[in-house]
Amino acid sequence: MDLSAINPAVLLASLMVASTPILLAAIGELIVEKSGVLNLGVEGMMITGAICGFAIAVQTGSPALGFVGAAAGGALLSMTFGVLTQFFLSNQVATGLALTLFGLGLSALLGQGYVGIKPPPVGDINLGPLADLPFIGRVLFQHDAMVYFSLLLVAAVWAFLKYTRAGLILRAVGESHDAAHALGYKVVWVRLMAIAFGGACAGLGGAYLSLVRVPQWTEGMTAGAGWIALAIVVFGSWKPWRVLIGAYLFGGVTVLQLNLQAAGLAVPVEYLSMSPYLITILVLVIMSSGRGRAALNAPASLGRSFHASS
Amino acid sequence: MAETLLSIEGLRKAYPGVVANDDVSFSIAPGEVHALLGENGAGKSTLVKMIYGLVRPDSGRMLMKGQPYEPATPHAARAAGVAMVFQHFSLFEALNVAENVALGMEDPPKQRELAARIREVSETYGLPLDPGRLVGDLSAGERQRVEIIRCLLQDPKLLIMDEPTSVLTPQEVDILFETLRKLQAEGTSILYISHKLEEIRTLCDGATILRLGKVVGTCDPKESSAREMAEMMVGQTLHTPSREEKPLGDVVLDLTALSLRSANPFGTSLKEIDLQVHAGEVLGIGGVAGNGQDELLAALSGEALSPAEAVKLNGQPVGQLGPNARRRLGLLAAPEERLGHAAAPDMSLTENALLTGAIREELVSNGFLKWPAAKSFAEKIIERFDVRTPGPANAARSLSGGNLQKFVVGREILQRPICLVVNQPTWGVDASAAAAIRQALLDLAAEGAALVVISQDLDELMEISDRFAALNEGRLSPTRPAKGLTVDEIGLMMGGAHDMEVAHVDA
Repeated sequence: MDLSAINPAVLLASLMVASTPILLAAIGELIVEKSGVLNLGVEGMMITGAICGFAIAVQTGSPALGFVGAAAGGALLSMTFGVLTQFFLSNQVATGLALTLFGLGLSALLGQGYVGIKPPPVGDINLGPLADLPFIGRVLFQHDAMVYFSLLLVAAVWAFLKYTRAGLILRAVGESHDAAHALGYKVVWVRLMAIAFGGACAGLGGAYLSLVRVPQWTEGMTAGAGWIALAIVVFGSWKPWRVLIGAYLFGGVTVLQLNLQAAGLAVPVEYLSMSPYLITILVLVIMSSGRGRAALNAPASLGRSFHASS
Repeated sequence: MAETLLSIEGLRKAYPGVVANDDVSFSIAPGEVHALLGENGAGKSTLVKMIYGLVRPDSGRMLMKGQPYEPATPHAARAAGVAMVFQHFSLFEALNVAENVALGMEDPPKQRELAARIREVSETYGLPLDPGRLVGDLSAGERQRVEIIRCLLQDPKLLIMDEPTSVLTPQEVDILFETLRKLQAEGTSILYISHKLEEIRTLCDGATILRLGKVVGTCDPKESSAREMAEMMVGQTLHTPSREEKPLGDVVLDLTALSLRSANPFGTSLKEIDLQVHAGEVLGIGGVAGNGQDELLAALSGEALSPAEAVKLNGQPVGQLGPNARRRLGLLAAPEERLGHAAAPDMSLTENALLTGAIREELVSNGFLKWPAAKSFAEKIIERFDVRTPGPANAARSLSGGNLQKFVVGREILQRPICLVVNQPTWGVDASAAAAIRQALLDLAAEGAALVVISQDLDELMEISDRFAALNEGRLSPTRPAKGLTVDEIGLMMGGAHDMEVAHVDA
């Protein structure tokens, strides 16, 4: 085994790229869950976003339009979930699972003509002298716009929840929809907006996979990324910065174990492949294990259907 | 007071199957405290929801200072100067005081400014509050202060209060009334909903009485007696439960230094509870909601386990036994929450009867259910306790609150308990059904069972208890004979005024 083949700067740089899809999907799901809705369809919305973004980018030649299309596709798909759970009061768990299965099938159908095609490349942002800094420049400042966008989004979501009135209303709706309704807030409308935002973010995450990370289209290419995003939200105690840590940890271990595989570490590949899931969940469980305080951050109405009659 | 602030003319609201309000009219003058009286289900809540813009009337109209008033949303109602203190359902436990207040305001200032204003108003009106605390950590009385301050910050012209005193100690009630009188002197009108008649007599200037959605009378509460008003509310003469004096039997239930951590992060842990209950006695446990009542019931029913020696039934340690093992020994419990805790809402009455009666009524043999026996047990409960339902095959959810309460309390009583623990046995039950439940509890005690009745209704506890104790922050006060206890003494046992002070506004 040859560990010297692993370049730390490249490793850290590819960590950021590997983490971005999960981070995007998780930050969207965080908003959804903060509004009191449990959408298990993240995986389905991601893969739908992946093919929508891929197809539009290929057709128009513009990756930027691809990302816009991916967000729209994810949001549109999430609206089927929104209508079913918010207006027809269907069970959120069952509907979310159905959404995942539906998304996987739909994406396979849409993607039939796109297998084996290369998408237009996504360029890195030119940050001038910053990019030339030794080590740090390679790690932090030679990425595409989506990496920075995802970090900005985390900060924006954090500030939105903490400092804005709209964020306060969103948390209130997730905490007690009956009380929010009694004060005159439109519970269903707030939740639909949150679900659409979650869908758009999951779509962006999927498109990042198909346009940047891989970059090509294969069926089922999200391979469980949506599920790990869901887990990161819960074990990150619904806190944006913890979600960031969780996503980067997962991305980091993924990249590291790939490098270790390449370097020929004498451990069966299966163990290395499962390590990102194990380590991420373990660390987040330990972080959120303080009994009581972590539970406080959970939206109290999570997963419960709301009807104005009560 | 010739002018009127709000007048209501011929309001009607019908839901599928019920008319909640029918041709309701009354008016409130500026600075008047007007009471809205009625049983549960009389249509009080629907009426105030229409005034607050949560529900739209089918017909009729409302006038605010002579102008048509048709609030489509609570925002519109707040803009028109109407504020409401809810009985429950309007605070967010995981948010802090300032955030809760901001959510109830139309145009809240910045958090820091708001916190300063909360401090200022809360001190002026003698309702001290720390704006940074989580509402989930506050006592019931403090939570109500949050609601009241949320309303006061908007300078309301009309303040609606829905059963505000049900969660307060007598001392806290006095202080609340002091605050309300200050507001009244400043010209604020108050619409006060309650079924506690003595309070209405001390506070209110006028009263409108509702029964089954209709106005059945108006009266001047200062001139009428509580009994007259009660009979107008119920529409029939009330009879008071009776019982005979009896010497105390042996100790049946014995708690020694029972401490228990609450399973709920916002719950109250039990601390060092000592208690003896004798055969043939009713022990009343009072206290403001959220001071450990649910936890005490769980510790006695077996839902929460404790050290074996902490709970003893007839001298036998049962602290480590679960609910079914305790039922087998004769320790039965009826929890407060009817739908979801005491009964499974979507299961039939027969199935619900089976759920707790299986062991003592021998409704199971070799793991198979005896349906005919279960059905006749359910029918027996329905007949003995006058449960109004088409039959035992109906779902528990389909019964009205009072009827289901009669069913769940009757189900335990008919299992001939040695010791029965009930929490809020008559909560949300109309006066005649409540009297029937209390009489059944007294009869059970007369047959020699030991009873623990946990309740927030002090009148009820004084009526049926032999001895009385109060829970305060998870601690149980020493027990005292109920006869001769004054309201002041009870209030002090319940923890006094929880550091509230009298309003010091110079109006």
